Amino acid sequence: MTSRPDTEHGTATTAPIEVDKRPLRRHQFNRALIQLACILISLFMVVPIYLITISAFSTRQGLNEFPQPLWPKNFSTETMATFLNSTGILAATLNSLTVGIGTLVLASLVGAPAGYAIARFAFRGKDPYQLFLLFTRALPIVVLSIPLAQVFLATGLYDQPIGVILLHTALSLPTTILITSSVFLSVPIDAEEAARIFGCTPVGAFLRVVLPLALPGIAASAIFTFVTSWNEVLGATILTFSNRTLPAQVLSTLGDSPVAFRFAGGLAMIIPSIIFIAIMRKYLLNMWGTTIR
Amino acid sequence: MADITIQNLVKVYPGGNERANDDVSLHVADGEFMVLLGPSGCGKTTLLRQIAGLELPTSGAIAIGGRDVTYMPVHQRNLSMVFQSYAVFPHRRVRANIGFGLAMRGMSKAEIDKKVDWAAELLQLTPYLDRFPAQLSGGQRQRVAVARAIVVDADVLLMDEPLSNLDALLRLSFRAELKQIVNQIGMTTVYVTHDQSEALSLGDRVAVMKNGRITQLDNPLRVYSHPANTFVGGFIGSPPMNFVDGVVHDGQIDIGGGSFRAPEGAEDGRYTVGVRAEAITLGDPADPHTVPAKVLVVEPLGSATLLTATVGEHSIKVQVPADTQVAAGDQVKLSVPPSAVRLFDLDSGEARTP
Amino acid sequence: MSVSTTAPAKERAPQPSPSRARKRSPALLLILPSLIFMLLLFAYPLAQGIITAFSDPSGGFTLGHWERMVGDNKFIPALRNTMLLIVVLIPLQFAFALAMALLLQEKPRLSGMYFYFWAIPLAVSDLAAGLVWLSIFQDRGYLNSVLDGVGLPVVSWLHYENTTTMFIAVLCAELWRATSLVLVIVVSGMQGIPKDYAEAAAVFNANYWKRLRHVILPLLKPSLQVALILRTILAFQTFAVAQALTGENFPLLVGETYRWYNFLTNPYVASAYALLILGISMVTAVVYLRVLRDQSQVGKR
Repeated sequence: MTSRPDTEHGTATTAPIEVDKRPLRRHQFNRALIQLACILISLFMVVPIYLITISAFSTRQGLNEFPQPLWPKNFSTETMATFLNSTGILAATLNSLTVGIGTLVLASLVGAPAGYAIARFAFRGKDPYQLFLLFTRALPIVVLSIPLAQVFLATGLYDQPIGVILLHTALSLPTTILITSSVFLSVPIDAEEAARIFGCTPVGAFLRVVLPLALPGIAASAIFTFVTSWNEVLGATILTFSNRTLPAQVLSTLGDSPVAFRFAGGLAMIIPSIIFIAIMRKYLLNMWGTTIR
Repeated sequence: MADITIQNLVKVYPGGNERANDDVSLHVADGEFMVLLGPSGCGKTTLLRQIAGLELPTSGAIAIGGRDVTYMPVHQRNLSMVFQSYAVFPHRRVRANIGFGLAMRGMSKAEIDKKVDWAAELLQLTPYLDRFPAQLSGGQRQRVAVARAIVVDADVLLMDEPLSNLDALLRLSFRAELKQIVNQIGMTTVYVTHDQSEALSLGDRVAVMKNGRITQLDNPLRVYSHPANTFVGGFIGSPPMNFVDGVVHDGQIDIGGGSFRAPEGAEDGRYTVGVRAEAITLGDPADPHTVPAKVLVVEPLGSATLLTATVGEHSIKVQVPADTQVAAGDQVKLSVPPSAVRLFDLDSGEARTP
Repeated sequence: MSVSTTAPAKERAPQPSPSRARKRSPALLLILPSLIFMLLLFAYPLAQGIITAFSDPSGGFTLGHWERMVGDNKFIPALRNTMLLIVVLIPLQFAFALAMALLLQEKPRLSGMYFYFWAIPLAVSDLAAGLVWLSIFQDRGYLNSVLDGVGLPVVSWLHYENTTTMFIAVLCAELWRATSLVLVIVVSGMQGIPKDYAEAAAVFNANYWKRLRHVILPLLKPSLQVALILRTILAFQTFAVAQALTGENFPLLVGETYRWYNFLTNPYVASAYALLILGISMVTAVVYLRVLRDQSQVGKR
């Protein structure tokens, strides 16, 4: 393949280079250290979840043992079953689902159009509006919950899922708007304009071209909203009395429930989170990266 | 400054089977301007990145100035580089960008300022020293990147397609400037490009790469006039070299539809025959060694006129003087000087010219 | 001088400029629902909260609730614990998250799996996180089991007299739960930095630490700033972790708000607490923004 042997600048005449392998070995050693560090951090992140799982699946007597075994020695579904069957838990889980789905729907309906407006239009007051969104993100939940409880008491929304839905929607609306706006930004405007040129109305172009392209991102934002609502405990506790959501129920009975009950409750709340992260893995970076600015 | 020796370098990316570099050996002399030229995916950038230390070779060795650097960490190699994306630090002012390499080498503030001022002067950046890169045009950012590279007293200057992000006009003017600057400082330079005109205009020598190997290493004029194989002939030159299948017999080449004189000493046999468009002229119809052709397309280029003509079943590009009177559909006679004819092996495509 | 011919036009989807006036109306129409919604659920309660914190039951103005808040014997511990938690937790968390992000940046094998593991706590609620760590720190928990197993004395980590160990337990749980948020923001910030910058720095003789200091960290600053503000504001709201681990024994500001509202049924003092938290959060955010102002962005856009 090679052309004429290049005698003038020839490579063949030079003596073989003695290769120093030490930097390579140091490089490989560093790679091994990186791998080790990653494993250690993973253990820190995963082992606690493993531990609460075996706690939640231990017999009641097993939890009183000391030292506690680090493997599922006293495996039993008894604790978990007791938790799920105890009064209020099933209702609270249903409430949590109702509130989560209600929040998801309401936040998407109110938030997505605003996100679209931010992504596509230049309008007066856009910057103050975005600042306002950022400001509301920073408001502590307690600041809102307590006055809202007073208002809801007066209007009959207190202790109703709809009251919690309103609060959770307000809390997740800024995030929903910012995430959906970045989702719409990532839909090329050319596609929309092409649809318009081929005769679509603005609404038609949105429904037929933009929405299908943006749907995965909007779904990501919706699931995120659901998890925010599923996890929120303080506001839900303040706004309800008997119609608790799951975290509110666990929190309000925390003081007088046995440890087994608490571990079962903890695990019940964590499982959706693990599934959520598994589904959302590839969206996580986009969601936080582009939207927060 | 120093020479670069590369011996039997092989690079296989982790998880891949193909050799990005396949047994590459190359010597770049002290002060030489070496261009690595090839289409994308030919391994030229991989080779450059291994010289820089940004990738580690699978096997083989690299030495700079006689010192083995094969696996040496990048920051210990005493290099300088211009990146395709410029990689001008957006958070540092132009002055701090140019002086970055000097500061990392622990040079004193006063000395850094002196050298930065010199480089800024050379690249006409003096008015912009206190700006941030975001406030500069693309061409100015490119100048910052070059200034940063030449200001350090490095052994080797590496350039990875430095002009490819500039628009055509700017690229042409900056090319000449770049050549002048590099000549002036006399640094050993390795320059990667896929643009053949850049390669020919800048390089002391050009290494044409294909499939991870160096397929021809020569000075620019020879790479152009004596391509080592049909790949090089087809890659270099605009338009690329004409290739037709032909039979050499009794000092004549018959390409089917016409024949012309073969170069001195050509052995009889079947070949791929290569001729550059500008070597072909419109000949005297009376000359028996001309080839009859029919003009299909006439493209005036300003400095010359490009004809697409058919000879038998072959399509051939011919470059004639701009004032030639010729129109599409004309019958012409093509004259092919034997000294411009290159013969290549029919199967391997390797040059067979005696 | 070279002319600025390379236009950055390709970088962003261009805003449709023609007929701005006509486009304004749909935009306002689209944001109007969210605006009304948030004014009703943010501005109104906020105003209501301020009024509540300063009014006596008959409707007159009073500072009595604030005096009662400050005079309560749990106020100082709550304020101290909250501040201490933030001062210790945030730097630890950022160092940890940054180290994790840099490890991922080196693209170790299985890095996708690591990222998944490290992101799981992102979706775990603070209450659940507290319960997870309760299984470790309680008297018959896993930590004491391990200590006992290797022959070390066991510790009553969560006993109400052991403020320090309670603090450590809350710190661990928060470090575990909330570092993921910082990690995700930092990793996405790092992905936005072309690797050419670090490579260029390396070529110009910068070793790893110099690259980190002079190139990567400065370029990461916007992301770090966002993470810092967000994380600090959220840290002021730490509540359920401490509740789950220690009950009332490790008072924090939000926990006190909850206690005053729910158990002492006094919305006035609770509102005062809420406003105090809001005030501190806002001041912190403003201070951060001032201190971390980015100069190189001045000329951009």
